Amino acid sequence: MIKSLKASGNKLAMIENQLKLLAGEPFQTELPTFVEKLKPLNQFPLKPSKLEVFQINLGYMCNQVCKHCHVDAGPDRKEIMTKEHLVRCIEILKVNKIPTVDLTGGAPEMNPLFRWFVEELSKIGVQEIIVRSNLTIIRANKKHYDLPDFFKKHNVHVVSSLPYYQAGKTDAQRGDGVFAKSIKALQELNAVGYGLEGSDLKLDLVYNPNGAFLPNDQGELEAEFKKNLKKDFDIDFHSLFAITNIPISRFLDYLVASDNYEEYMEKLVMAFNPAAVDGVMCRNTISVDWDGYMYDCDFNQMLDMKVADKRTQHIDDFDLKNLEARTILVNQHCYGCTAGAGSSCQGTVA
Amino acid sequence: MEKSYYNPKDLKKFGDIVDFEPKLAAKFFDYYGEVFKEGALTAREKSLIALAVAHTEQCPYCIDAYTEDALTRGVSEAQMMEAVHVGAAIKSGATLVHGVQMMNKVKKQSM
Repeated sequence: MIKSLKASGNKLAMIENQLKLLAGEPFQTELPTFVEKLKPLNQFPLKPSKLEVFQINLGYMCNQVCKHCHVDAGPDRKEIMTKEHLVRCIEILKVNKIPTVDLTGGAPEMNPLFRWFVEELSKIGVQEIIVRSNLTIIRANKKHYDLPDFFKKHNVHVVSSLPYYQAGKTDAQRGDGVFAKSIKALQELNAVGYGLEGSDLKLDLVYNPNGAFLPNDQGELEAEFKKNLKKDFDIDFHSLFAITNIPISRFLDYLVASDNYEEYMEKLVMAFNPAAVDGVMCRNTISVDWDGYMYDCDFNQMLDMKVADKRTQHIDDFDLKNLEARTILVNQHCYGCTAGAGSSCQGTVA
Repeated sequence: MEKSYYNPKDLKKFGDIVDFEPKLAAKFFDYYGEVFKEGALTAREKSLIALAVAHTEQCPYCIDAYTEDALTRGVSEAQMMEAVHVGAAIKSGATLVHGVQMMNKVKKQSM
């Protein structure tokens, strides 16, 4: 198993090196910066809309080490959200009635308080609880085998990564044997009612390209996935979210190492879609890290770009009014969310 | 002049052909765009046909463009290579079927 950038001492594990790269060529001479693209659209500074999604990163620990991971997650990452912060999140959600809670990681299920936290969210009546499950965690250890039943009990919306409907490309990105375990987990989710036509138990898949190219039409990809997963494995799911790989962390490292960085950034800039700007997820989302700090999105979290309003950067100082009036921080990686039909944790946006 | 006949960066300049003759170029690009829209064939099927033809025409720009297009559509490597084989089979078949012409002439002129 490969190591995280952090554990392997890769220079891109230092966030300042990622930011330095994003500030350099081709944006010094050839390509416009993201801010320069927003200005003529009167979208700079970018402002939020109503807060609808509270995305909580329960920790960077993961049982997988995916080559494109923007979190640089893996078994060697020990950052994990404590009960104190989880309790504070519940207090915030009780008072502010944010409709969607989106749990992510790492593998969020690896936080020892994961089940307790979902039960508490369920008790306070959160409208929608999303868990971003890597699927293999369900098969990783006996203690996780009943996760499909647990998800069902709390009507958790399961969103799972599956970059391809065949083993080769999936394993190349996510590790040997991941595809077979993911298929088994999907079948188990189907067995308790997830993903079936007409079922309220929502099971969505996430597709992201297996290299330095952008996703094409989400509907076309969804049709291919549905056809092939049904034919080969009798698997059903609801929607496929096509997500663009954002040029940070391990994917940035891949781009640089494979000499694809400049070309990929050019593709993102050429595919800039002004219509996607209105729907970018940072406008209705707050991302919380394991240590309780808040960011405009999960990607800004990984670049340590905390929300701009210093009065409300930590959940202990959560202030909805100030957060909804903040200015969203942008950088060149934001081109990933505005390329083509746009990209977000819920798939395309335009 | 460039030092080689092909430069990958020229693909992005394809649209510049309007500079020397805008009317015909506009007609071509309109036509091209229409051809590749979803119709009786899906956009994915058209993309694979284009990939096969790109190879038989041995156009490096087209191979670059339609390999990328196939990747973005989630087309597998096996599907891409099969498309190339379809092109190759037609190309080799077209060569070999002319062998009949050669045989006809040989038979006519030989004792």
